[in-house]
Amino acid sequence: MKDMENKDNNFEPRIVAFVCNWCTYAGADLAGTSRIKYAPNVRIVRFPCTGRIDFMLLLKAFGSGADGIIVSGCHPNDCHYTSGNFHARRRWIVFRNLLDFLGIDVNRITFSWVSAAEGAKWADIVNETVDKIRKLGPYTEYRRAKDYTEEAKQYE
Amino acid sequence: MSNLEETARSLFKEEKVNLIIGFEEGSRHPRPFFCTSTDDIPKLILDKRCHNNTAVYLTKKDLLGTGLVGIVATLRVLKSALQLSLENQINEGQFIFIAGEDASDVQVLKDKASIQSYVDAHPEIPDSKVEERLHHIESMSREDRWAFWKNELSKCIRCYACRAACPLCYCERCVAEVNCPQWIDPWAAPLSNMEWQVNRAMHMAGRCTGCGACYEACPLDLPINLLTKELSSEISEDFGKGISGNVLSSFNPADKENFFK
Repeated sequence: MKDMENKDNNFEPRIVAFVCNWCTYAGADLAGTSRIKYAPNVRIVRFPCTGRIDFMLLLKAFGSGADGIIVSGCHPNDCHYTSGNFHARRRWIVFRNLLDFLGIDVNRITFSWVSAAEGAKWADIVNETVDKIRKLGPYTEYRRAKDYTEEAKQYE
Repeated sequence: MSNLEETARSLFKEEKVNLIIGFEEGSRHPRPFFCTSTDDIPKLILDKRCHNNTAVYLTKKDLLGTGLVGIVATLRVLKSALQLSLENQINEGQFIFIAGEDASDVQVLKDKASIQSYVDAHPEIPDSKVEERLHHIESMSREDRWAFWKNELSKCIRCYACRAACPLCYCERCVAEVNCPQWIDPWAAPLSNMEWQVNRAMHMAGRCTGCGACYEACPLDLPINLLTKELSSEISEDFGKGISGNVLSSFNPADKENFFK
C-alpha cells in the first residue's frame, strides 16, 4: 500500500485505534462533542471490549498499511464485563514481549486506558502517537516482509 | 527399580495393557515404536539418545485404542503429560508411565502425584546452547533482531512439523486452517510465516514445557523453540514462577506492566 502523504509530499502517519465500546470509544466521542481538536490520522475501530481485541488484528493492521496502532480500553476495575481488560492486559504483556523479541517495533503500538470522561486524555494520546510515528516514519520494514512478489514489484 | 524389558513384560501380563509406546533402534537415531505384543518387547530400548517427545501420541485417540496404554517416558514426556493432565486432555488411570533415563533402571508411575514427585526429583539441566542463543538474540538491536528473524523465518516451508511434533498442539482445528477469516495466509512468505509462529508462540504462552520438540522436528533447523522459551521465561518473570496452566485464560488484578498510558 502506498504511504500516506500530505499536500507537501511529506509522510502522514496512518494510525489504527482498537478501542472498547464502553470507555475509550465514549471518551473519543466526548472529545468530539467537547470540540477538542486532535490529529485526523487515526481510524477508530470499535470493539465490545478490549478482551475482544485479538493479537492477530494488530499484525493484520501493520500488514495492511498501518504505521502505528493505539489499543485502548477501560481502566482496570472499570470493565463493563468485569474482567475483560484484565485478560487483555495479560495478553498485551505477553504479546509485547514476543513482538520485541521478534524485532517488531513495539514503540509503534500505544497501549492506554481512557475512560468515558477522559476526552482530553484521548486527544493527547492520539496527538502523542501521531508525533511519535511521524518521527519514526512509515513502517515499510514490516510491509516489505509481506510478500516476495509484491516486494519485487514495488521495491526494486 | 527394574529393567525395561521385565517391566514391559509384567505390564502386558499383569496390567493387561494393549500397547506400549516406546523407542526402537532406527537407521540413524532411536525412533518411536508401538509395541503391541510381548514378541516385540526385545526391540524396546531406552537411553540418552531417545529424544522424541512421545507424549504427542497421548492425545491421538485413534492410535491408542480403547485399552490401557503403557508409555516409556523420559523426563520431557512426563512434563508434557503433566501439562496435558492439567488441561484435562488425559485422565489418571488412562496411561501407565515407565519412567527412566536408561533401560536398566526404570520405574512404573501410575498417578499424577507420583509423576509430579518424579519430575520434582529430577530437575532439568538448562540447555546451555539454547540459553546462549537466547542471550545472543536478546542482546541484538531491534533492527538486527528483525533482520535475524525475517531471514530465519523466510526459509520456513510451512510443513507444520513444529505443530505435529508438539504434544501440546492438540487442537482438532488449528487457527492456521481457519479461512473465515483467513488469519494466516497459507502460503510460505516471510510475513505469513512470522504470523504463524507468532500464533504458535502465543498459543503456547505459559504452557510450553520447553522440550524443544518443535526445533528438532523442523526440517530447516529454524530456532523456533526460542520463541516459546523466551515467552516462558518472560511469563515466569512477569506473573511469578509457580504459574501453571494457560496464563492467557486467567488473570490477576495485581498484574504489573509499565507501558500502559
